[in-house]
Amino acid sequence: MESRFVLLLLTQAVVLAGLTGCGRHQLAKTEDTSQPPVIEPDVQRRDVKVAKIDTENWEVGFSAGELSIEDFGVNTVAGLRFAYHISENFFLEGAGGRSTAGKTSFETLSGAAELLTDSERQYTYYNVSFGYNILPGEAFIGKNHAWNTATYLIGGVGETTFAGDNRFTVNFGMGIRLIPLDWLAVHADVRDHIFDIDLLGVQKRTHNLELGVGLTFFF
Amino acid sequence: MRRLTLIVLLAQLWLCRASLCEERYQKVVIDDPFIELHTGPGRGYPVFYIAERGEQISLLKEKTEWYKVQIERGKQGWVHRDQLKTTLNLDGEPFNVPGLDFADYAKRRWESGILYGSFGGADGISAYGSYNVTPNLATELWLTQVLGPFSDATVANVNIVHIMFPEWRVTPFFTLGAGAIHTKPKATLVSTVDRTDSLAHVGFGVRTYLTRRFIFRAEYKTYVVFTSRNDNEEIREWKAGLSFFF
Repeated sequence: MESRFVLLLLTQAVVLAGLTGCGRHQLAKTEDTSQPPVIEPDVQRRDVKVAKIDTENWEVGFSAGELSIEDFGVNTVAGLRFAYHISENFFLEGAGGRSTAGKTSFETLSGAAELLTDSERQYTYYNVSFGYNILPGEAFIGKNHAWNTATYLIGGVGETTFAGDNRFTVNFGMGIRLIPLDWLAVHADVRDHIFDIDLLGVQKRTHNLELGVGLTFFF
Repeated sequence: MRRLTLIVLLAQLWLCRASLCEERYQKVVIDDPFIELHTGPGRGYPVFYIAERGEQISLLKEKTEWYKVQIERGKQGWVHRDQLKTTLNLDGEPFNVPGLDFADYAKRRWESGILYGSFGGADGISAYGSYNVTPNLATELWLTQVLGPFSDATVANVNIVHIMFPEWRVTPFFTLGAGAIHTKPKATLVSTVDRTDSLAHVGFGVRTYLTRRFIFRAEYKTYVVFTSRNDNEEIREWKAGLSFFF
């Protein structure tokens, strides 16, 4: 009986000793980590650099075509255009153009009477317009080629200098943009330039239709 | 033999150049189950190829929200920005698609825009440039062309703008400024002369952050033109338009 009691005490002593030993071992371990490690870990962080991605949202180019100046015949027009593509649907366009008005039927028939001087016949315009690519798609040329296209509606405001005055002008129309290469586009568009003129004595609204083709570059 | 060495050297040089070329582009790894390659930068252009998860793609260029990519097998196509949002860098971290957002708008310094509206009943086309001194306070330089039935005018003015809540997407603002107006009567009117007067204005408006670098802006201003006649002239103007920051 007594020996059993001694055994219990001994077991307890062994367990206690083991526990404290364990604790000391743990303590020693934490002390160890504060020491400099034998092998230095050689980890090199990779420097992630984001390469610059080329954006092509600007479009610049020129156009040429025919402009029907009301009462003054159909004349050649040449222009410049800038566009910024806001999204795949919308774009902003700034355009300017120049033409020289011909003669009215009256001037041609009467022979001598001139309504305008040569400088007043200069027709220049600029406008800022908002466009919507309503029909993006493809055009097929033969069996093996497809070009990206976009048919757009466009409208805006601007100014026309003609017959000695600046005239507020509203324009709207539609066009098609053929995109044979990422950076190149061929345009064909129809635009109506509307402004009021009082040159012949009464104020009247004129519609001046422009039919043009253009070449633009994306950058 | 010498020729052969030269050819080998040239070939190596060319390979080096090609590999350098590849390094120019940002490379990402697809993390979506698949991404769709379109023939053009728009949803209207057909999908012609699918690239799978784990494939590496190079980003060649960007047009609006679309990126032109090249996959390992050399095929090139256009991918929408949304699909690139789930791609990873080469070290496995999520890739941040570059682009402007509302946070950039809040940090903007320079801003410019074009507005159209009515200037005392005539049509007015305006352009402005602006510098943000603080998020609340901006200085602006305006140029307005007015095209009326009887006269044209050019207005130039300098403004101070107080933006009420710069941290909101839609915020009202107040403006105060002074400038000059040059009036030119129509050529068809007789015995009139050009004149230049100074003017001052107060106004208010609202601005809304739209997307990327774009802001919609609408405002109302009341001008007092200090004429050389007995009475000062009052002009009311409203206009709306699109601005962008850079």
